[in-house]
Formats: sequence, structure tokens, C-alpha cells
Amino acid sequence: MKNEMPHPVAAIEVQGLYAAYQRQTVLENINLVFPTGKWTAIVGPNGAGKSTLFHVLTGSMKALEGRVNAFGEPIGKHRRAGQIAYMAQREAIEWDFPVSVWDTVMGGRYGHMRKDALWRRLLPSRWHHVRHAEAVHDALVAVDMREHAARPIGALSGGQKKRVLLARALAQQASILLLDEPLAGVDPPSEKLILAVLRREREAGKTVIMVTHDMPGARLYVDHVVLINRFIRGTGTPEEMLSEAKLAELAVSSIEQTATDRQTVPAASYSPAQG
Amino acid sequence: MLIIEAFSDALVSGLIAALMAVVNLLPDSVSDAFQYAFMQRALLTSVLVGAICGMLSCYVVLKRWSLLGDAISHAVLPGVAIAYLLGWPFFVGAFITGALTSVGIGAIERNTRIKADAAMGLMFTASFALGVVIISKLASSTHLMHILFGNVLGVKHSALMLTFVASVIAILTVWLAYRPLLLYAFDPQQAQALGFNTQIIHYGLILLLTLTIVASLETVGIILVVAMLITPGATAHLLTDRFKIMLSISVSIGVCSAVIGLWLSVVFNVASGGAIVLVAFGFFIMALLFSPKQGVLMRSLRHRTGHRRI
Repeated sequence: MKNEMPHPVAAIEVQGLYAAYQRQTVLENINLVFPTGKWTAIVGPNGAGKSTLFHVLTGSMKALEGRVNAFGEPIGKHRRAGQIAYMAQREAIEWDFPVSVWDTVMGGRYGHMRKDALWRRLLPSRWHHVRHAEAVHDALVAVDMREHAARPIGALSGGQKKRVLLARALAQQASILLLDEPLAGVDPPSEKLILAVLRREREAGKTVIMVTHDMPGARLYVDHVVLINRFIRGTGTPEEMLSEAKLAELAVSSIEQTATDRQTVPAASYSPAQG
Repeated sequence: MLIIEAFSDALVSGLIAALMAVVNLLPDSVSDAFQYAFMQRALLTSVLVGAICGMLSCYVVLKRWSLLGDAISHAVLPGVAIAYLLGWPFFVGAFITGALTSVGIGAIERNTRIKADAAMGLMFTASFALGVVIISKLASSTHLMHILFGNVLGVKHSALMLTFVASVIAILTVWLAYRPLLLYAFDPQQAQALGFNTQIIHYGLILLLTLTIVASLETVGIILVVAMLITPGATAHLLTDRFKIMLSISVSIGVCSAVIGLWLSVVFNVASGGAIVLVAFGFFIMALLFSPKQGVLMRSLRHRTGHRRI
């Protein structure tokens, strides 16, 4: 898989997006551009619709209105071409599931395997083209989990689980990486490793989009920040967007919004001090 | 039609001959029970049903669909009754109402504030009640009993062929769609991000479940089929951390409990459906006690040695 030149068009462009869970609007009039080859952080309080945005981008949720394009074309086409990799939150995965680390990471190749010859597709994954095994191997080496390949995923520590999920996204060798809270609840060594891997991906020309609560990490590494709380509250460089004043504004927006929504004071709201 | 009949006859007798070759290796005291044609048909049906139920039960257990399996199996009853009323083959009606009910559950769940478990409970009891009402009006109670609890010793050639065709479809589907099904069971959102159509996978799996239940009607019956869709998979889950091994253990347990249960039911003259389910449950208890990693016994042993070391 070769990395194409920096694309003139946006990696992902969202136009006039509305999304709702059971008539409760979560996202309103979202217009966004994720530049190609850049590392973007999506920041917002809990319940701001960050994960919902990812659900729409991965296709597991339908938008009420609006359009999502990748590289100027409907995103579904790029999904089917295996160009959108997704790293789930740790809580979204059933860790009791009887699969090994290797098999889990191989899951990132399943999209590409559809393009293999028919006779190969009828066989177990290990009989598939050697490039799938190589991609899995490389991804596991990149996150420093190669020696754990044969272990069941349930036996891993929290940071290791995150690294396996990252490896699965890397193994896909996609041009766009969507990462839902890649740094939440990981130990410092894992965090350092994950950030280093993502920086390398970005340097290789990949578009990295992550939802994060980790302000210091975002300030240091990210090119582009999107503040979101039901509406887009701002887009720009980390220096502009992650200033104390801007984050305080975001926190206030969430209190106001929740108050108008439910006429109650929210139990937990976002504060910039958390970062 | 004649050709199809001749072909299906040849197929069944071939399969039975192959099975009997294995059975005849067993001691006479065991194999004697299987010398009658009706026993051989029952044996073949049980083996097939045990295999596909065992296979599907892995997905049911991992996907937490036990209640859905229960719901579909109950929802099959009115279909059987209506098919009986109209003179259709019973599996057509069963398949239609089973599939309709599962679609109805999904619709209620998505469009109202009612949660999944309540939606299932609501739909399948209503469907089951409809079935009981229709059957009480037109058929004898023994007929109802056979549908509810199975009547494997009375399996006819046509029912055996249905089970065979259903088994072939189920096994082929799981083989061809192995990776999408696995990914969907493990992480549906990842499957969606990779461009797999999870709607089709979801409803395909439900249809497969319905097919399996319909194929198992005659063997274990509506009420007990759900046990065969849970117990083998749950047992296998206690024994391994590899999905393929889980599949093969689960299929083996399904087949073994079907065969052993059938034999015990003849020897002790008890209901075959019940006997099969009890044997499967016996396997589960054994796994619960003796599984190397998850077993109660091994855990307490490990606990003790751990203490001693300290």
C-alpha cells in the first residue's frame, strides 16, 4: 500500500449534519473539514456528540440530514475500499470474546480480504495472502505487542488492550484513522507509545482524527482542533482552541445547553482543569 | 419430482449407512437400539440438529441472543398452526412467523422507548398465545405436545430431508460468511467501518437462527430448542479462548448430547427432547467443574496452592 501525495481535497468533509438518538438531537448543523495528512483532535464535554459523530463517520448510525464525503466522494465508497480505520473505545469491546490478539488484529484486514481470490476467501485467514499476515505482524510490532500475539485478548492489561485496538486499526493500512479516546485510561508508557505511533502515521501522510480528553497530549502533538458541543464551537490551531479562555467558554456552553435542555443543573460538566 | 425423490431417498440411505457404520462399532448393547428404520432416521436427525444447534449456539451465546432465540422458537408455533390449517408444509409457516416476529421485535425496539427484553417478551408470548389458540381449536392435544416437546422417534422422511437441507444451508452460510459473522459478533461498529453491511448480517443471522429452530422442531420441540441453542455454546465458552475451537467443541457437544440423549430416551423410555437437553446440561456441569481455566474445581485448587505458597 503506497501513501499518496498530500491530497488537494479534504480527507473528510461534513456538510450540514444533524443526528439524533430517539428524537433527542445530539448533533446540529455540523459543517467540518478534516484536512488531509493532518492530525485533528475533537474536544468536547461528555455527551457533546463526539462519539455520535464517529458513529456517523463509521456508518453505524444514520444522520438525519447532511452529507459526509471522503476525498470528495461519498464516504461509503471509501469504507468499502477499506480506507477508513476505526479504533473503538475499550468499553465497546467484549473482552471475554474467544479470540487471540493476532486474530483480533487480523480483523482489520477483513475488509481487504474481500478483494482476494475466491478460493482463498473460503479458507481460514492464515491461508490468505501473505501480505495480510505481514500487515498484522507490522502493526503488532509497531505497538510493541508482537510477543503477546497468541494470548487471548481477555488476559491483557488495560494499556495492552488499547494497543491491540490501535494495532487493528493500523493493520488496515487505511488512509484515514478514526480513534475514539485512544488515550483514555492508559498507563504513561502506553500513552507515550500510542502518541509516537500516531505521529509516525501522520508523518507517513495518513489523516488522523481522534476524540480526546487529553489536553496536554493534544496541545503537544495535534495540528488542528475541533471544539464540539452539539454545535461546532470552534476550529483552529491547538494554541487558539485549547486556551483556558476557549475551554472555559466550551464548559459554559455545555452548562447553558444542558440547562435549557432539561431545566436542571448538570451533574458533571466539563472543566478545563481536567485537562 | 420423481428424480428429486429418488435422489433424496438415496441420499438419506447413504447418510444412514455411513452413520450405522460408526454405530455398529459400538458394543451390541448400545447399537441394538438402532436396528430399526425409525431409530436410524431419528439418529440422523438428531446428529444434524445437534450439529447446527451447536454451531449457532456459539453466536447466540457470544452475541447475548439467548432471549432472542427463545423468542423466535416460541414465535414459530402460530406458523405451524396456520400452515396446518392451510395444508402447507409446516416449516413454511414456521419460518414466516418466526421471521416476522423477529422483525417486529426490532421495529418496537427502534421506534418506541420499550427496551429489547420487554419487546421480545411482548412479541413472543403474543405470538405463542396465538399459536395455542389456533391449535386448541383445530388439532388434538397430542399434536400440540409433539410440536412443543418434539417427537424425534416419529420423524418422517420429509422432515428428515428438511432438516438435512436446513443443515446444509446453515453450515454453508457460516462457512462462506465466517469472517463477517465473526467480526459482527465481536465488534459491529468495526464491521460497519470496514464497509460490511451489518443490517444484512444481522437479519441474516436471525434468519439462520429461525431456520435452525424450524429444523429442530421435530427433535427437541419448540420449548427445549433454546436449550440446544445456549448450552453447547456456553459449555464451549468455558473450555477455550479460540473461536474456531469453541465452534468445534460446541458442535461436538451438540451432536454427542443429541445422540446420547436419544439412546437414553429409548433405553429408559422417556421423552427424547428432555433427555437430549439434560445430557447437554450434564456436559455443561462437567465443564463448569473441570474446565482448566474457568472450572470451579481448578480455580479453588489454584486458590489453595496460591495460599500455600504465601
